[in-house]
Amino acid sequence: MPDELSREELLEMYRQMVLIRRLEEKAAELYTAGLIGGFLHLYIGEEAIAVGACKALRPDDHLLTAYRDHGWAIARGLDPKRVMAELLGKATGVSGGKGGSMHLASAEHNYWGGHAIVGGHLPLATGVGLAIRYREEDKAVLCVFGEGSTNIGYFHESLNLAAVWKLPVVYLVENNQYGMGTEVSRASSRSNIFEKGCSYDVASAPVDGQDVLAMYRAMREALDYAREHGPFLMEAKTYRYSGHSMGDPERYRSKAEIEQWRAHHDPIDRLANLLTSQALAKETDLQKINRDVEEEMEEIVRFAKESPEPEDDALYEHVYVQPVPVQ
Amino acid sequence: MAHITMREAISQALREEMYRDERVFIMGEEVGVWGGTYAVTRGFLDEFGEKRVRDTPIAEGVIVGAAIGAAIAGLRPVAELMTINFAFLAMDQIVNHAAKLHYMFNGQIRCPLVIRTVGGGGRQLAATHSQTPDVVFAHFPGLKVVAPGTPADAKGLLKAAIRDEDPVFFIEHATLYQLRGEVPDDEEYLVPIGVSDVKREGKDVTIVSYSKMLQTSLQAAEQLAKEGIEVEVVDLRTLRPLDMRPVLESVRKTNRLVVVEEGWRSYGIGAEVATRVMEQAFDYLDAPVRRVAQAEVPLPYNRRLEQMALPQVEDVVHAVNDVLYRKVSS
Ligand SMILES: Cc1ncc(C[n+]2csc(CCOP(=O)(O)OP(=O)(O)O)c2C)c(N)n1
Repeated sequence: MPDELSREELLEMYRQMVLIRRLEEKAAELYTAGLIGGFLHLYIGEEAIAVGACKALRPDDHLLTAYRDHGWAIARGLDPKRVMAELLGKATGVSGGKGGSMHLASAEHNYWGGHAIVGGHLPLATGVGLAIRYREEDKAVLCVFGEGSTNIGYFHESLNLAAVWKLPVVYLVENNQYGMGTEVSRASSRSNIFEKGCSYDVASAPVDGQDVLAMYRAMREALDYAREHGPFLMEAKTYRYSGHSMGDPERYRSKAEIEQWRAHHDPIDRLANLLTSQALAKETDLQKINRDVEEEMEEIVRFAKESPEPEDDALYEHVYVQPVPVQ
Repeated sequence: MAHITMREAISQALREEMYRDERVFIMGEEVGVWGGTYAVTRGFLDEFGEKRVRDTPIAEGVIVGAAIGAAIAGLRPVAELMTINFAFLAMDQIVNHAAKLHYMFNGQIRCPLVIRTVGGGGRQLAATHSQTPDVVFAHFPGLKVVAPGTPADAKGLLKAAIRDEDPVFFIEHATLYQLRGEVPDDEEYLVPIGVSDVKREGKDVTIVSYSKMLQTSLQAAEQLAKEGIEVEVVDLRTLRPLDMRPVLESVRKTNRLVVVEEGWRSYGIGAEVATRVMEQAFDYLDAPVRRVAQAEVPLPYNRRLEQMALPQVEDVVHAVNDVLYRKVSS
């Protein structure tokens, strides 16, 4: 059995990846039907990263991500019903319908968002790391973003400061090869993003982001390293099957390229093969999980659709914690 | 009460709050070893140590961003931006993050953060280092923007800002640090955010101002008093949320209004206050509202040109005479 993960844990990781994929497929459908507005960035193809990484994260560790966040929310343990409700802008959504797809969060899970300004949450995560050191806590922060976000000043400012102050932050790059339509080598001086760590004397390593177990192991080590020593830069090599967001004409890549990844590097197939080849699960066990997820999806969508809209009063709620009465 | 400078008042506020609350700490460029560019935190490093007085790299984005992150995680950061001109490099963190997180995540995230910074012209630092862009920050719901004009208010408001649960942008004026005034010693002395204050009573004309221009306006009022004109001076103190009550009460009494600000006239404090007065006290006005503000140019280095561009006591006197339809031979 790989590592110390039990069969049950492995099956649960498989289930989460399937759930994320189904939820994304469903979201695409609901978007096309006009039930979801704004931008919708799907995570299909990248599921192993969130599931592997969140498996390594302790409950009291902190998480901040970019806007491609549905998979992260689910892997972190947020209620998928409330995630879907947020996509539909409902009062029962994790952000009360005020954040939408790009702004999922849950204070009780130490998940401090879903952020839609490219690179904007890197300084925030760095500050959460500062708070951990300030209070001498045994915790770490996981900060997730795309490779396109490593060319922005925030990346430099954050890694530099985290290194100077030895903050317990793992900066995880999901290198899915494209920032919108710009292929990594056309925008980044280095295509191996993890190599950028050396500029800041930040330890770094690449990992196969399509392999959930490799992801889990690497993240566990990186988090331990961060708690003990300071920042770590990890680059998960991955690929997004869908467009950047809904309605992406995808002129920048070929169908063949996508097919190649789907056929040979799919993270769900990969775990399924491992489970069956090592006799940890039978084909029928996995089929049952798939069916259960389908059923759960129906419930998720029903909940989201039937949930109420936010009240009118919500418009003026939470502008301030301590509002000053307006004259 | 002690007769101290604005610098000492601000310093006192920070020190008292740091003793009161272990979670309060300072971070920014040159706040530690140097003692603060404007010497506000001189001695703090020795007194509180490196954990709580943190020199940062010159990286405004991460100074504000990391302070937000620390606030999210439960600390009470006071982030210092060396001058307000450099706040533009942190604009995304201030506007897109600090001002938004509480609302966007439906109350789940709190940012009890103070950003202390220094604005204002008049020191021949030329166009990039002399701005008074206070209104820019006051534009955004989710932020509170405070700009004191007296040592006592500086102390009370900064202490209130540090205790506030929301992000507060705290603007000091570069030329006011030596200003002296009576300041309460009381460690529980607080000035509430969002409350304007009448700094001088009068019945003839209302002047609305804040920060450095409060002092300029008070000087103008003094001068006009010698000519028998009684000016009432209202100090806004907080630019967001804006407390109009004392302004409206005053205008209903004097029926004439001059707004004095150091920043540019266009889209400024004057525009905002005048509009609100028109909306809520139109029938009380006996003369058009006058605005005194900075000439619409990037501020020049040359001393004479710089002073020409900045509002002076005479400009305020002139505007008051105008709203009184008073002909004065000069
Ligand atoms: C500061 C900023 N600039 C531009 C954008 C528009 N934008 C949104 S996502 C994106 C591409 C980001 O690519 P990457 O960081 O690689 O993440 P991915 O979408 O591949 O997960 C861009 C340019 C933005 N949201 N914020």
